[in-house]
Amino acid sequence: MKLDANARYTESHEWVRLEGDAMVCGITDHAQEELSDVVYVELPEVGASFNRGDQFGVIESVKAASDLYMPVSGEILAVNQELLNSPELVNKDPYGKGWMIKIKPSNPAEWDSLLTPEEYEKSVTGA
Amino acid sequence: MAGQPRRTALYDWHIKHGARMTTFAGWEMPVQYADGPLEEHHATRRTAGLFDIDHMVQIEVRGSQAESYLNQLLTYDVRRLKPFTAHYTCLCYHDGGIVDDPLVYRLAEDNESEGTPYYLLVMNAANGEKALAWMRAHINSFEVTLRDVSEQIYMLAVQGPRALEILSLLTSVDLADLPRFGVVRGTLWDEVPTLFSRTGYTGEDGFELFFPSEYAEQVWERILTEGAPVGIKPAGLAARDSLRFEAGMPLYGREISPYYTPIEANLRFALSLHKNFVGRDALLKQELEGTTRTLIGFEMSDRSVPRHGYTVRYNGVDVGEVTTGMYSPSTGRYLGMAYVPPGIAHMGAEIEIVIRDRPRRARIVPRPFYVPTYRS
Repeated sequence: MKLDANARYTESHEWVRLEGDAMVCGITDHAQEELSDVVYVELPEVGASFNRGDQFGVIESVKAASDLYMPVSGEILAVNQELLNSPELVNKDPYGKGWMIKIKPSNPAEWDSLLTPEEYEKSVTGA
Repeated sequence: MAGQPRRTALYDWHIKHGARMTTFAGWEMPVQYADGPLEEHHATRRTAGLFDIDHMVQIEVRGSQAESYLNQLLTYDVRRLKPFTAHYTCLCYHDGGIVDDPLVYRLAEDNESEGTPYYLLVMNAANGEKALAWMRAHINSFEVTLRDVSEQIYMLAVQGPRALEILSLLTSVDLADLPRFGVVRGTLWDEVPTLFSRTGYTGEDGFELFFPSEYAEQVWERILTEGAPVGIKPAGLAARDSLRFEAGMPLYGREISPYYTPIEANLRFALSLHKNFVGRDALLKQELEGTTRTLIGFEMSDRSVPRHGYTVRYNGVDVGEVTTGMYSPSTGRYLGMAYVPPGIAHMGAEIEIVIRDRPRRARIVPRPFYVPTYRS
């Protein structure tokens, strides 16, 4: 399982990274591996606002459809349009080109309650 | 399916080579290997894929009245089968519902033999027991014996444009001259007695092999070794499903089941309605009077993934159900098959598929989505 040391994580397998005042979010390497080949990603409209834990999109693999959840509350600043035509980027580069949304957090303090890489790894491996 | 799932002789090999396993029809089978289902799908279309299909059930039908016995039971007229050929057929209930959709082979002890033919039926793993019970219930006074040889015979599929080339390195049998649905006896490396059948469930040229089970791992590994230079890949059930789906082939439990008939499923090439068989009256009636539903293909106009069980809507009314739907790797489109009333089943008709409570636009398109290479 690959981890991004600069990111924080959720138990629903999203990662979040700070980018200036914004936060970027995608799904973890572990999640993409569990999903198998990704064939479709549905992302929200730019400008939409969500609370932490709200469903913001859907990811579909060869196997199944899964919901995507907001790691923090905020407004959608940008979505990765490239995923519409190249959903396989989520498999190939989950922490890079496979990013999904950029969020303007409404409560930046939520960052502190996200899982650290070590905590996330533990939650996945059960170690 | 009671008890523990069964395992094929290649189970350990699959695990050792990174397969993800799933329980399918009472068997623990590889759903994919490390490269993933899309790579396995493309490998099969472009070069070759190797499939463990030993979960399939094989029934031998022998006896002086084997032919007339099978003919009163199978939808296809087995008298039309030339020696050493196979044909797709259905086995039906009296109401026309489908018990199973076997391939029926007409065989003999050796390639030259003109003696009494015998038959081999290859059936779905999930249906073996009930199909065999249904067949036994129709023996009556026919001089015939049925034998389940699934344990003794191993079954692999080598599929794809390079399958012929790869297998030709392993046998002296002239496979190039074997027609589609033809079958020939021979050996692999002068040792393994093998039945080579030019059939498959992928829409590609290729072969299904029948040989004694004790050679399973040897045959599997030799084919992978010989095929390595052209890029053969072991392929799991996920790729098998996307390949057969694109080629328009039905899957039991999806497009066909006891609740659908071969007429509704557009399987007329499996029917010989001029002769008598179990279910014929019901099918003739449907053929003459029409059906309430028919199987169609559709393409999503709104991007989204249709899946098995989703509702089909027409003009705001629920009219049917998706049998199989997916992202089609070879066409790059989101496609599905569904049963709908015949009245709306015309090309280009606009329908909706309800995906996660939201109706999404789709339109009816021709099947198959991918024209099998051996047909063009």
